[in-house]
Amino acid sequence: MAATAQEIAAAIAAGQRRAVDVLDEHLAAIGARDGELHAFNLVTTEHARADAEAVDRGERPGPLAGVPVALKDNLCTRGIPTTCSSRILEGWRPPYDATVVTRLRDAGAVLVGKTNLDEFAMGSSTENSAFGATRNPHDVTRVPGGSSGGSAAAVAAGFAPVALGSDTGGSIRQPAALCGVVGVKPTYGAVSRYGLIAFASSLDQIGPFTTTVADAALVLEVIAGHDPMDSTSIDGPAPSLLEVLDHGVDGLRVGVVRELLGEGIAPDVRARTEAAAEALAAAGAKVDEASVPAAIYGLSAYYLIAPSEASSNLARYDGVRYGLRVDAANTAEMNTATRTAGFGPEVKRRIMLGTYALSSGYYDAYYGKAQRVRTLIIRDFQAAYEQFDVLLSPTSPTTAFELGAKTADPLSMYMNDVCTIPSNLSGDPAMSVPYGAGADGLPVGVQVMAPALGEPVMFRVAAALERSLA
Amino acid sequence: MSEGMRNGWELVVGLEVHCELATQTKIFCGCRNVFGAPPNTNICPVCLGLPGSLPVLNEEAVHLAMRLGMALGCSVEPSIFHRKNYFYPDMPKDYQVSQYDQPINVDGSIELADGSVVGIERAHLEEDTGKSTHVGGGGRINEAERSLVDYNRAGVPLVEIVSRPDITSAEQAKAYVNELRAILLATGASDAKMEEGSMRVDANVSVRRRGEPLGTRCEIKNLNSVRSLVRAIEYEAERQIDVLQAGERIVQETRHWDEAGGRTRPGRSKEEAEDYRYFPEPDLVPVEPDDAWRQRVRDELPLLPAARRARLATAVPATAGVALVVERGLDELVLDAITAGGDPGRLLTHAEHNVLEAGALTAESFAALSRMEVEGALTATQAKTVLAELVLTGGDPAAIAATHGFEALDESDLASTLDAIIAENPEAFEKLKAGDGKVIGFFTGQVMKATQGKADGKRVAALLQEKAKS
Repeated sequence: MAATAQEIAAAIAAGQRRAVDVLDEHLAAIGARDGELHAFNLVTTEHARADAEAVDRGERPGPLAGVPVALKDNLCTRGIPTTCSSRILEGWRPPYDATVVTRLRDAGAVLVGKTNLDEFAMGSSTENSAFGATRNPHDVTRVPGGSSGGSAAAVAAGFAPVALGSDTGGSIRQPAALCGVVGVKPTYGAVSRYGLIAFASSLDQIGPFTTTVADAALVLEVIAGHDPMDSTSIDGPAPSLLEVLDHGVDGLRVGVVRELLGEGIAPDVRARTEAAAEALAAAGAKVDEASVPAAIYGLSAYYLIAPSEASSNLARYDGVRYGLRVDAANTAEMNTATRTAGFGPEVKRRIMLGTYALSSGYYDAYYGKAQRVRTLIIRDFQAAYEQFDVLLSPTSPTTAFELGAKTADPLSMYMNDVCTIPSNLSGDPAMSVPYGAGADGLPVGVQVMAPALGEPVMFRVAAALERSLA
Repeated sequence: MSEGMRNGWELVVGLEVHCELATQTKIFCGCRNVFGAPPNTNICPVCLGLPGSLPVLNEEAVHLAMRLGMALGCSVEPSIFHRKNYFYPDMPKDYQVSQYDQPINVDGSIELADGSVVGIERAHLEEDTGKSTHVGGGGRINEAERSLVDYNRAGVPLVEIVSRPDITSAEQAKAYVNELRAILLATGASDAKMEEGSMRVDANVSVRRRGEPLGTRCEIKNLNSVRSLVRAIEYEAERQIDVLQAGERIVQETRHWDEAGGRTRPGRSKEEAEDYRYFPEPDLVPVEPDDAWRQRVRDELPLLPAARRARLATAVPATAGVALVVERGLDELVLDAITAGGDPGRLLTHAEHNVLEAGALTAESFAALSRMEVEGALTATQAKTVLAELVLTGGDPAAIAATHGFEALDESDLASTLDAIIAENPEAFEKLKAGDGKVIGFFTGQVMKATQGKADGKRVAALLQEKAKS
């Protein structure tokens, strides 16, 4: 196992290792295997080397000094191409850094590259990338999950101990589960979205991929906290997480969500989730069955709300100001030609879905109703959190599936997110923790959910699960 | 009202006025809000709508909108923003952030100078768009060889003030716009310059036979001056009456005012009717001003034009001229001069006819001047000359009168001069005795000539009448 972020940062801070050597080691791993995996859209070797050298000169101190970090390619990086794995943004270089990028840099991190994703984060397998699919490091015939499949694969393959992703309906947690790494979707508003290229603004959150729960806590402490550039950013400091990791779960009330353990969940995944619950009980938690009745409607509500917001968020890719332009006789035809050539089929499908759901005469039946379902889900979670400190479920219904297995059937692909979507709709934090392997020997992730701003208790439980496997 | 309307027809007009708020910076970013800068120099990732950027609401824009709302007698409500989705190259995000069904100000009214009242439905916040220039093809977007876009104006804060359809004549529409402009200036909400586009007026015009329900309306755009507004409403009313009298129906549509042709022309056709797919803007949070903020705004509200007119009217003997004096902003000066012992009637007359702006004129010198007139030390003509100098350079009216050699004739000199002129013109005097008042002007002219203008015209007329009766 490659070194963790904590180990690397400690070794560099103690002068035992040089940041450039750490970087070279990771670049070598990328060079050896990324041709096969395609985790990265771009490896920023020169920038990374300059940053690492500055760390070695003592110019960039911080909790992540010298730690290689990969960024999902929908996070804006000043002067460095940011594509969303879409032809429509190919070659565009943002004139600014996302807030999370600034915070990582300020913490001394060394940014090694931009990772592949489903185009505009729309997908669950990273097969919807305009630049080719990413493969699962545990089995290259399998998908890494998505949409942050590149980031998950990069951490699983040892290309970087830390990667950032974005999670709109499970896009961090599901690939984390399929790649056997830790993935966190923080409370909505805990991490600034400024510089995250929007898919569905009311659902999007940025979070870390790491190999350990402690690394995830370390990174979240760096990137969370109020940002005046994001109106939906929560007013308050980042939570203290590292200090609670060893507090244990004695007396905590853990609810296993009945509705997320039923039909469609593979038996081996179900078995690992039950094993996780037993492990927590053994560590002193009070485990019981929980119910979030409206959760089963989450998928339907999500596939109206997210495409609706996306149809508006993606309108700006019109060929006028940046990215692709396909010339035509007049402006309206240029818009159409550019968008026809620039967007892939899944993006077009969701733009059409969302445009329809928002259109006059259908708004109440679709978008309006989906928002009411969202309110029900929030209410059901609140009720559940009156009885439980955290909730437990599988992260993904299955282990990693084969490339191409679900591309022909969008609905079966959408089912991947059935367990993860409810937390996006409620805005609550949730994370996936690796918990052994399924019948096929591939990783299984267990999802820990907590009420809004409940990251400390969520991390305590995640740390306990991690210890139970050690 | 509705003079010039054909027999039996009534005109119904509602106005939508867009005003740029006079904030330091734009509504959702820190770019400067100024007119006339070189193209694309006041822009940033936010107002350019670059991928990943997010809006943050400008507090000053809310503050000015609240101040305007209160000045319009509106109820200031908790409000939210929506996205209005449509493609247009000068709109960076291809949606406009605007308030829709929960605007900040609702239900107000404006009292016009003639005492009529026009209801205000709402006055809501929104962002302005950029400006396109089309080169070739007659300046129309779809035939142009190329188009240039300046985004300096994109994101400038606007308030859209929507009147109720209470306006019944073109002249009343003009009075409404003038009054609204006066309120905008008084509150400092906007510089309200139609020629610079910081105040833009659209008119919803319909006609009906007296007593019938509202007719189908047309929205008239491209009104660049109050004169255009008046002409366009008059033209459009006639056009609609012609259509209806020919037994045809009015098509609800947007029409553009053609200033040179003196007519309205159809704009966007029905086939292209837009569905704006409004939905709540997820990147912004609700605006809920607390009581302290509301009170602060209320406390800083200036006295508004209608109240200033009422205040002046109670201090002067006539109402004619009051509106004009307030419009020129001379009411405060007149009131101060009255307090300083001036003659209310003469002060009002001078402010209405002889002073465009106060310049160096002080309340004390203005009061002294009016007293000299009342006491007969200056004639009306002399007073006008002295006043002009007071405005230009200031000073003491008595001293200025002395430098001009102004001293009114004393009563006995005036009487003997008049007697001499009557003796020279017995026929004219007979006419006066017979009741022909027209000859007063002749005598006055003769007296003025004989006295080098030192006589008081009014006094001459009074003396003549006395002599004619005796």
